[in-house]
Parts: sequence; C-alpha cells; structure tokens
Amino acid sequence: MIEEGLREAGLADVTTFADRAGIAARLECLSPDVILINLANPHRDELEELFALSRAMARPVAMFVDQSDTAGMEAAIDAGVSAYVVDGLKKERIRPVLELAIRRFRAYSRLRTELDEARSALAERKAIDQAKALLMKKRGMDEPAAYAALRKAAMDSGRRIGDVADAIVTADRLMGDL
Amino acid sequence: MTNTPYRIGFLPLVDAALPVLARELGFAEDEGIDLTLVRDLSWATVGDRLLYGHSDAAHMVAPLAIATTLGLGRPAASLSVPFVLGLNGNAITVRPELAARITTIGAPGDVTAIGGRLAKVAQEAAVCGKPLRFGVVHRYSSHNYMLRYWLNGCGIDPDADVEIVTVAPPFAADALADGTVDGICVGEPWNSVAVDRGVGAIVAVTSQIWLRGVEKVLAMRTERMEAEPDMTHRLIRALYRAGIAFVDPGRLDEIATILARPAYLDGSAALIRHAVSDRIIFAQNAPAIHVPEFMFQHREAANFPWQSQAAWLYAQMCSAGHLDYVEADYRAAQQVFRPDIYRAALRPLGVPLPGASSKLEGGINDALGVGTTQGRLILGADSFFDARSFDPEALESYIAQGRPD
Repeated sequence: MIEEGLREAGLADVTTFADRAGIAARLECLSPDVILINLANPHRDELEELFALSRAMARPVAMFVDQSDTAGMEAAIDAGVSAYVVDGLKKERIRPVLELAIRRFRAYSRLRTELDEARSALAERKAIDQAKALLMKKRGMDEPAAYAALRKAAMDSGRRIGDVADAIVTADRLMGDL
Repeated sequence: MTNTPYRIGFLPLVDAALPVLARELGFAEDEGIDLTLVRDLSWATVGDRLLYGHSDAAHMVAPLAIATTLGLGRPAASLSVPFVLGLNGNAITVRPELAARITTIGAPGDVTAIGGRLAKVAQEAAVCGKPLRFGVVHRYSSHNYMLRYWLNGCGIDPDADVEIVTVAPPFAADALADGTVDGICVGEPWNSVAVDRGVGAIVAVTSQIWLRGVEKVLAMRTERMEAEPDMTHRLIRALYRAGIAFVDPGRLDEIATILARPAYLDGSAALIRHAVSDRIIFAQNAPAIHVPEFMFQHREAANFPWQSQAAWLYAQMCSAGHLDYVEADYRAAQQVFRPDIYRAALRPLGVPLPGASSKLEGGINDALGVGTTQGRLILGADSFFDARSFDPEALESYIAQGRPD
C-alpha cells in the first residue's frame, strides 16, 4: 500500500528490501534520497549499527509508526527522525512528508558538521597551545618562535599544524623528561 | 480512585522480569498504577517508543541510556536511570565445534584460559581470511562492552582480530545455526534456546567477566521523571517488591510460567526457570549446573544505580571508539544514573540504602559491609576477570593503561 502510494505520488524509483542480506552494500550502491523504515521492524538494531558505521549510509530516514498523536510526532522529529509517517496516511500526503524528511535531514547534517568542526577547532587550538608551552619550556623559545617552529615543521612535512602539535604533546607524554 | 495508567517498553528477556512481575503479582496495582507492558523486538524500537511517548519508561540496555543522553548518532535526549533492573545474566555461546576447541563442553571453566585458547583459534581464522564473527545485541550494549573487555584482556583485538556484528536477541540462535556468526553474547533465555537446539554451547557467563556488572536498567525521560516524582517513586517501590518476589524460591514455578506467556517472552517455561534459578545448562544433554552468581535481580542492593557503573560503561565506550572523551560528557554519563531518586523512593520501605553514590568498581574481593543511610548492607565481590579495578576518578589513566603497547 505504501509502495503504491509512492508510485502514485510520481516517485517511481522505489526499492523494497525484504531480505537483509547485503543491505549495506545495496543501500550504498542505490544511494537513496530517503530511507523508509517501519518503527517496529525487528531488525532495526542491525540497521542502526550500519548507519553508525558508515558515513556513506547517512540518509534521511522516515519512520512508519503504528500509533500516534501530535506530541508523539513532534517528539520523533526532536529525536532525530527526519519524518514520521503514521499508518493509514493518505496517499497524497506521502510525497510532502518525504520532502520534509529530506529537508530536515539536510538541516540537521549541516548543524552536525558545524558542531564537529567547532569541536575539532577547539581541540586543535588546545594542542597548539600545549605544544607551544612545551617548546617554550624545553627549548627556551619565546611564543612567536615556538609558533613559527610549529608552522615550519607542518609545512616541511605537509601536515596540519594541529597534527604536528598533537604529535609533540603525545611524544612528550610518552618520553617524559628524557 | 482509579489507577494511573503507565506503560513500560521491554524486549522478551528474562531480565524484563521485574516490570512484568510488578504487573502480574499486583505490586503496581498496590501502588495505584495500572501498568501495561509494551513488547518489541529491537532496542531501537524500545528506545524510540520511549522518546516518542508511546511508553512512559523502558527496560533498556544500560549503555543505550547513556548513548541517547549524549546524542550518539542522533540529537541528544536526556534519559535517567533511577533503578537498575538487574546485574549480569548474559552469556557467551559459540558454535559447538568452536566450543570443543576452547573449553570443556558442558561446564563452566576458567575464562582466562578459555580466552587464551580462543585467541589462537581467532588468529588461525584471521590468517585464513575468515575471521571469527561474534554477534552482540546492540552497538551500545553491556554485551558488546563486556565481550570486548574479555577479548581485549585475552590478547584479542576486538576490532582487528575478530568481527563484531549486531544480532537482536530473538535471532541469536538462528544466526548461530545458519553460520552468520561463530558466537553470540546475549541475555537469557536466548543462550539456553541455542543450547537446547544444539546450535551452540555456553563457554562463559558474563558474571565471570565482571561479577555484578550492570545490565538492564529502568530508563525514563528525565523531564518526565522529574515532573512526576510521586509517580516515579511508586513505580520504583512496585519494582523493588517484584525483586523480592523474583528471588523467592517458593514462587519459582509461578514466575517462570508468567514470563513464558505469549505476551511476554513467549517461550519455554522450563528454559526460563533455569535462568531464574541460576541453574544453567551449558551444552545440549549436559546436566544443569548451579551458578549462584548468574544473575542478580534483587539481593545486595542490585537495583541501586551506582554512578561508577555508568562511569565504567563510559570508559568502555571510549575504548571502543564509540565516543571521544569529553569531561562534561563523562559527568553527564554518570548523572544518567540517579541514586538520589532511588533513595527517595525506597526510604519509606526501610530497606538498606547505600550512603555513597559511586564505588571503586572491581574493588571488592570478599563480601564487605558498606556505609548506609539506613539498614545494613553487605556487598559481594564485584571483581573483573583480569583483577583490574576501575576508579571513576581516574578515568584517563585507566584508559591509557588499557591500551595495547
């Protein structure tokens, strides 16, 4: 009934998975715009593992549920489902719901990426500060010289300055006062 | 007065016993709760129903409550654990021909020696390009972390030397039978089902890996729990009384029969009875062996949510690469466990209440009296198989120590 609704909505490129074997490879190869899953599908833990493992598997997910009210739908969206499709949904509503799923997923992914970038920038700055402090203490450099040394090492080895700083901090932790 | 309707989501496992018994033995009703149990087949569904408001609380693998609160792979949603539904109770079951190579089939053995033999087999299999594959019930499950802890401690790299995949409990025996996996770490009755079908033999129970390690918890949305303290307290008291019934030998048959019903585990009462009474059949046609410390649903304050248990799980999640250590997250993970709520709910019953909220995990080798705010409490050994201990205050040095050289 759902597949029929999708086709009537003009979405012809629909693949139904009845068999779990090789689902990861097939999903990666199909690269779908949106994945629809039944909330109560008994194999969801395996699917979640696949989603957690592969960035390539990050796709908008819409969920079919067996019971609902408005609060439940809102809670689902807050919990990261891109859309929430209730059984008995009218066929003509399917397409807008899926489009909403895709839009929400993109907004969420962008937020995630920004957050990840902010986090790694913060960690990088911390490592650079630590490496500078080590160079200043152990090599008697002043701060500009310590930073210049880090930058030169990074350029010479074709690495990011944060990676060089990280290596210095790690090496110092392992080698101690040797 | 009409009873307050309340729904708890669960998976068909023996350690869902306390919510089931709270309903069926009338303890929920005594507290004015009209309790309904919502059965599902995967942890993802149980967790989603809790977040979507299809259920009010859930029987849940402890690390999933932490992962949900920290927002691993999805937006963070704060969950709280005011009550632990059980310690241990899982086992590692492998294909019989593999079991024959690593243990004396049909009886418990020394898990360090078994792990050492497994390491050799795993290496041979990896060299042949067919690494051993283990199934665990969820990425964020105590099963996964205890299996990884054991493999690591036996010189097997859980990421490089073997494969670990997810298999939901009801499909564990099938996965062994059709060769999808060589071994599984799952809760009861699913090990016993595999043994009964002759497709697996138990080689270790998880209490041999971490004695009194935290297993399933009662998870609630934090906001909801805090908004309805009275309701939460009544529920906890009903579950506590269900725990007293669970360990009453006189009620064993009654309990096994209730759990076996189609609405709950939908399985064999005889197999369920074995787990409830800690009498485990390790292999097909072997005699049942009493493993007194197989699972803890009540005694020694087993239901108390020690924040150090959450801390240990967080450490394992770091080691597994499931998250990066962030100090604020580490604190948040420990605060998922709410000993304050447990104490507030059970104080009126006059039961023993630990004074501390955290302990050195793996630090108790012999039974030990501990400080309480009321009652007397003796805690049994909580040792790890490798005799390490875990101090929640020293997480970074613990993780550094655990790294292979």
